[in-house]
Amino acid sequence: MSLVGARVIRKEDPNLITGRGQFVDDVQLAGTAHMAFVRSIEAHATIKSIDSTAALECDGVIGVWTAQDLNLAALPGVPGLQRPPLAMGKVRFVGEAVAVVVAEDRYVAADAAELVFVDYEPLPVVTNINDALQPEASLLFEEVGSNTVFEMPTPDDFQSVFDDAPHTSSVHIVNNRCAPAPMETHACLADHGPSGLTLWASFQAPHHLRNTVSGWLGIAQDQCRVITPDVGGGFGAKVNWTPDLFVAPILSKLLGRPVKYTQTRSECMTQMYHGRAQEQDVDIAYDADGQILALRVLVYQDCGGYPDPTGMGLPALTTTMAAGCYVIPNVSVAWKNIVTNTTPVAAYRGAGRPEASYLIERAIDLIAYDLEIDPLVVRRKNFIPPESFPYATHSEIAVYDSGNFAGALDELLNIMDNDAIRAEQQENLADPAKPLLGVGFASWLEIAGFGPPGSLEGFGHLGSWESVQIRIQPDGSAIVYTGASPHGQGTVTTFAQIAADYLGIDFDKISVRHGDTATIPQGIGTLGSRSVAVGGEGVKTASVRIADRAKRIAAHLLEANPDDIEVANGNFSVKGTPAQNVSWGEVAWASFRPLEIPEDMEPGSLDNTVLQQVPNFSFPSGAYACVVEIDKETGDTRVRDMYLVDDCGTVISPMLAEGQVHGGVAQGIAQALYEEVRYDENGQPTTATFMDYLIPAAPELPNFTSGRTNTPTPNNTLGAKGIGESGSVGAPPAVINAVVDGLHHLGVTHVDMPANPQKIWRILQGGVT
Amino acid sequence: MTFPISVNVNGQTMEQEIDPRTLLVHFIRDDCRLTGTHVGCDTSNCGACTVLLDGEAVKSCTVLAVQASGHDITTVEGLAPPDGPFTPIQEGFRQEHGLQCGYCTPGMLMAGTALLNEIENPTEEQIRSHLEGNLCRCTGYEMIVRSVQWAAEHPDGIPVEIGEGS
Repeated sequence: MSLVGARVIRKEDPNLITGRGQFVDDVQLAGTAHMAFVRSIEAHATIKSIDSTAALECDGVIGVWTAQDLNLAALPGVPGLQRPPLAMGKVRFVGEAVAVVVAEDRYVAADAAELVFVDYEPLPVVTNINDALQPEASLLFEEVGSNTVFEMPTPDDFQSVFDDAPHTSSVHIVNNRCAPAPMETHACLADHGPSGLTLWASFQAPHHLRNTVSGWLGIAQDQCRVITPDVGGGFGAKVNWTPDLFVAPILSKLLGRPVKYTQTRSECMTQMYHGRAQEQDVDIAYDADGQILALRVLVYQDCGGYPDPTGMGLPALTTTMAAGCYVIPNVSVAWKNIVTNTTPVAAYRGAGRPEASYLIERAIDLIAYDLEIDPLVVRRKNFIPPESFPYATHSEIAVYDSGNFAGALDELLNIMDNDAIRAEQQENLADPAKPLLGVGFASWLEIAGFGPPGSLEGFGHLGSWESVQIRIQPDGSAIVYTGASPHGQGTVTTFAQIAADYLGIDFDKISVRHGDTATIPQGIGTLGSRSVAVGGEGVKTASVRIADRAKRIAAHLLEANPDDIEVANGNFSVKGTPAQNVSWGEVAWASFRPLEIPEDMEPGSLDNTVLQQVPNFSFPSGAYACVVEIDKETGDTRVRDMYLVDDCGTVISPMLAEGQVHGGVAQGIAQALYEEVRYDENGQPTTATFMDYLIPAAPELPNFTSGRTNTPTPNNTLGAKGIGESGSVGAPPAVINAVVDGLHHLGVTHVDMPANPQKIWRILQGGVT
Repeated sequence: MTFPISVNVNGQTMEQEIDPRTLLVHFIRDDCRLTGTHVGCDTSNCGACTVLLDGEAVKSCTVLAVQASGHDITTVEGLAPPDGPFTPIQEGFRQEHGLQCGYCTPGMLMAGTALLNEIENPTEEQIRSHLEGNLCRCTGYEMIVRSVQWAAEHPDGIPVEIGEGS
């Protein structure tokens, strides 16, 4: 029986349900000292002086250091705009590290950090894109001369197409700033002794961290070991360079003892890079039938206080995917990267693609409202037909691999009763006691499977491949080592499923190891929905190579022709004569014994390393529908039903794929209805705890109804496209289209996220947005 | 200044001199060295630190260790014996994919245990409402609800050895 596609209980779970998981803060090394940061209370200010006297007098304080004391290089980043590990004379957002304290325990370290007195000279603050772009705006980087640190103009704005078009619509969209907020905050533990550095970190890409930290410290990579043990969620935010990752190794070496740092939740909310934070001007031109003639998008990307290369690249992904599932003959895109006195912005689940699907799916509904036709008709009229793949888009980056957008929409309408919901909607509208109903759709598409050569190098990664090494043990069990370093995805299980199928070894006799640069040959990491599409393909490649060699050994032992050997259920046998067989254990044992293998083979040959490449991105797609209930009195808006059709190509593990979709959709609903990072006019964060920032709990979210279509990608032999980010791409437009649908009788055509009760209540009171 | 406390943790008496401001979660993690109980938020919103105090679910980040002196604490490590089997709630989370990264899981398991002690066969609404104080960022909760339902439907669990399949 093939394990690929089977419902399999996870290998990861026994440790995690018994409290035997190991997260960074669980690691307790003898002699560990604890690090805490003195953080800026000002959003924009020059530092006049820092007085550590009182802190140093605390019992248990080992030391206090500032940028001047440590003379540190800037963190890796955008040349000229790099972030210092500790502020150098100026702070650019609340929470920026100004000094660092090390103490005997975490309580003392936190107390002492409070006692460091920093004298600030406040500067005028810009907290949002609009303020940052004003001519008289205070500049974060004087040397740039503008808060727009990069600008990508459009080669053609297609103004003549818009001038001649029978119809046009425009909308200004705010794609709200979100906090990734994994349940485990970021943490690190550095042990920098005479024989080198071991750095435990809650991180998604251990080799990337190893390569970067060792380079920054000037130590050889062989003396730098990074371990990412169990990681409690990352969502794209645990691949960024925060000061602790660099300062802890320095201080560990200086003090001759391990140094640990664990973010508090408030630190996590202000230190862990935020996501989204875009505004967009969207114009769309179309004919009287809803056929789209042109799309124009200008993206304003808020990069926060220090522009991060990934954060600056988000609009590239947004504009690449701006045309979604549709044939649009003229697409004009441009963007600006803008700095503000806020937490830096980088990848958050979806990273630029949720912003794309949201803008195009909102634009489709605007066409429908303008022409007074069914939004599903507009979608169907403009879908890229299934026979058009590979489909070249307006962007050189995106050549869509495969898809069937109309098929996904058909399947969506199979799993929901749209007519009944519409009838109920009309009934509810007339009944004051019942909530308003709204139905919203999204036919979404994203870019995943990062990726083909060049796709990650620009963000500082060594390559875009993923590493897999498979080592057959002498007893016939197998260990799969991979650079794909998961943080909840279930990679240990899915990779074992793939290996079991292509090695012919029992699933229970396959272990998957990750997250340690000392044992994994090289690696990139888990990001961009790439683990199965790239790493999983690598598992297959290495498995097939090893199985071929094992068949040669089996043939040798059975005195048969290798071409006649087949492997199944842990046994090699001669085709047609199953009684003539040897077990995987016997073949593995023989593989290490020179006298038992063919003369032209070396002992230990059942070991293979592959740096798996893929020729193109994959493009997962789907069709989602959302039904919201809106309380007519309070504006309280709830998702009642969510219908989800995903097309991620081949599914390795249906239960885990469903879990990925649920989690992404939950974050998408959260962005649409609940979550928004906010600052007051002084740049003080007002959503820096879970008391102020609404992460949905169980009562806020619905059950999900799922369907599936399957258009395998041709870019890997598994046919798998990736599933990790899909939900967060498809859900926000479905939810907001539903909210707008529920309010459209009031003349509403757009509501910015989050559609919270205050916003909806004001609309119900007569203030149309 | 330190203060002597005596806490029964998972059936074992722990006697310790502690700083009176020590939070119960830090006593459990740092002094008892039971690291299955996690810290997620510091403000008692997320429930990753949920343990049972005399059988009642409490958030150990908002209980002082001294308050637990003379009382019984059960942590996730105290649910199943080391040689198995898993309790129904643990097995339910495994069977129904109630966890992804696993960080919130110990708190969910303890809150779920307290729920099933109180209500043998909770409705979906009761499950969602009782778990309101436990945040999960990975699952979207439906599979957590199914996990608790699985446990309610299988009060004897499945007799499996810990480590099987791993």
